[in-house]
Amino acid sequence: MIQPLKTPMPLADAEVRNKDFSEVALGYTFEDAINEANRCLQCLHKPCVASCPVNVDIPKFILAVKENRMDDALSIIHQTNCFPSICGRVCPQEVQCESTCVMTKRYQAVAIGRLERYVGDHAKLRIDVKPLNQSKKVAVVGSGPSGLACAYDCAKAGYAVTVFEAWHDVGGVLRYGIPEFRLPKATVDKEIDVLRQLGVEFECNVVIGRTIECAELFEMGYKAVFLGTGAGLPTFMNIEGEGSIGVFSANEFLTRVNFMKAGQPTYDTPLLTGKRVVVVGGGNVAMDAARCAKRLGYQTTIVYRRSLNELPARQEEVEHAMEEKVEFELLAAPLKIVADAQGRVTSILCQRMQLTEPGADGRCKVVPTSEAPFELETDTVIVAIGTSPNPILIRSTKELKTGKWGTINVDLNQQTSIDHVYAGGDAVTGAATVIEALGAGKKAAASIIEYFTKEHAG
Amino acid sequence: MARIIKKDILNSGVVSMEIEAPRIAAKAKAGHFVMIRVDEHGERFPLTIADSNKATGTIRVIFQVVGGSTIKLNRLHAKDEVRDIVGPLGMPVHHENIKHAIVIGGGVGCAIAYPHAKALKQQQAKVSFIAGFRNKDLFILEEEIRQIADQPYFTTDDGSAYRKGFVTDVLKEILEKENDVDLVIAIGPLLMMKAVANVTRTFNIKTVVSLNPIMIDGTGMCGGCRVKIGDEYKFACVDGPEFDGHLVDFDELFLRNSAYVQQEKHLCKLLEEDKQ
Repeated sequence: MIQPLKTPMPLADAEVRNKDFSEVALGYTFEDAINEANRCLQCLHKPCVASCPVNVDIPKFILAVKENRMDDALSIIHQTNCFPSICGRVCPQEVQCESTCVMTKRYQAVAIGRLERYVGDHAKLRIDVKPLNQSKKVAVVGSGPSGLACAYDCAKAGYAVTVFEAWHDVGGVLRYGIPEFRLPKATVDKEIDVLRQLGVEFECNVVIGRTIECAELFEMGYKAVFLGTGAGLPTFMNIEGEGSIGVFSANEFLTRVNFMKAGQPTYDTPLLTGKRVVVVGGGNVAMDAARCAKRLGYQTTIVYRRSLNELPARQEEVEHAMEEKVEFELLAAPLKIVADAQGRVTSILCQRMQLTEPGADGRCKVVPTSEAPFELETDTVIVAIGTSPNPILIRSTKELKTGKWGTINVDLNQQTSIDHVYAGGDAVTGAATVIEALGAGKKAAASIIEYFTKEHAG
Repeated sequence: MARIIKKDILNSGVVSMEIEAPRIAAKAKAGHFVMIRVDEHGERFPLTIADSNKATGTIRVIFQVVGGSTIKLNRLHAKDEVRDIVGPLGMPVHHENIKHAIVIGGGVGCAIAYPHAKALKQQQAKVSFIAGFRNKDLFILEEEIRQIADQPYFTTDDGSAYRKGFVTDVLKEILEKENDVDLVIAIGPLLMMKAVANVTRTFNIKTVVSLNPIMIDGTGMCGGCRVKIGDEYKFACVDGPEFDGHLVDFDELFLRNSAYVQQEKHLCKLLEEDKQ
């Protein structure tokens, strides 16, 4: 008899967890993991593997879990994905591996992400440390998901890698963006430490394009460069009042809270005091910002111009936010931010919107209603409507060809317009997911390894 | 970690530090800034590079001890290390073929205006330097300014030394008298820069100001440093911090810079208590 539903993920109580930053999803127990692994049918055509951006051999690792060979399971995952604890937590499995699981024909999919997380958290990794080839060095720019993935694969193939990071600590969006309650920083540290053990070197406080130019990396002896500079530049709404005190980009708010630990008594970075927060936007970043604000004690409302069905955030994140008493003001579009004489936000003026009948493409448009605008009282507005690629490196590297939105152009092998310079992640695609960035980093690593191998043969 | 090589007290509230940062020194130009984090619990804050030396691999920063972070930085001495320093950041405005530039510094702003005067002088421009201070005890870089400028002028708000009045008084006089001025660079308190921009607007002379909004990363990530320039917002860290003074919305920036006044006071109080 097959268990029709996923083995539930134990969660911290919503009314307790919305007051601190400890992790929300507590992780499977050993029994949970074995139980869930038993739900995998070990089907022969394994559609899940093809719908994983890095093609983890999912049935094989689940079989190892089922047979209580956890360390084997971890080795299997590590063949294609170096960050199981991270991906198990933040991947949108419901639209990737789990969406094609054979089980979904009648039941719920196997909880692949939860199993991956269990293995990453509990199994012991066998690391094969060998001396790295110092004559073929790779420079990786940015220590976010794409850079880390590229560095890992290059080091595993035996090449020396230096990762340059502009911030004072590594991890990129994993560090400054995704909050502790969704991705504990100890987990990030643990998985990045695997790279250190392999011999990857990290240099913080270096801005490529400022401290060191891209071309100089080759003069320094690097033979290949990977650009994983991310999509860091926040977009604002361009409405009146956006310069008021209390209006933040989600980036700034999350960086203050997650990265600079603003609000914690012994840290210097300040936070504004206030009672209410309005978060504008409906993506995962908006959910993260809202749930952080809630934990800091603000009454928090998400303002989104479409309806619940169109929220781009993962359903799980939306559910968690709702359980934690984050409020939702849907079909509302900000018109203006109102401030007092000191320039501090007092409210946000919104237009009530409505969805049209679906057009030929099946999509509903959102249009203003004839209702008069309404005001939401608030002292903080967090703008979470997207980001664009960081301009520093692009502006200083004239030969680097870019697209309309400032994204770096690459070919199918992640090669940019400059020889031996590769790129991937959000800097190429615009804001996307962690796992897609990992995939791009891996693809670039494969291109770099191929180039090195060919050069050696030639 | 970056080692402090030398520390000098320029006046009761202004400190100069030479910091070992060879990579930054190799690239630094007038108008660039660095982000500093003094210790593990510190905030990140920008300081403009006052001078740099490729040969010794050092940069010089000059700062006023005004808030929590500068109090913390001032607690360090030669041979101590700051936790993090990153740069050179910003997009310095490049000036070419300038005939006569008026460089204006207000208080500690003189430290940032000075490298501009030096750079312009190297390009054979005539440089008038107007340095304004609240009173005679707050003078910094007087000798350096005298040496570099073709026409040095000094003012004090209270008349305790040299001419009593504001930098704009001298500026107006020069502009009325001399018609070869083709650039004004003003660096100092926002109110001073605003006043300078108002004067030069009537004379229609290109005016560059250096803004000091609140920043977190300094690399285009947070948007906290956005300033209204004409009709659009620009990020001071990647688009500035130098802008056309005639287009800057100084009033909004003035308000924005006051965002954390209460928190800053609290931090300063804690640091004071900590010292006792």
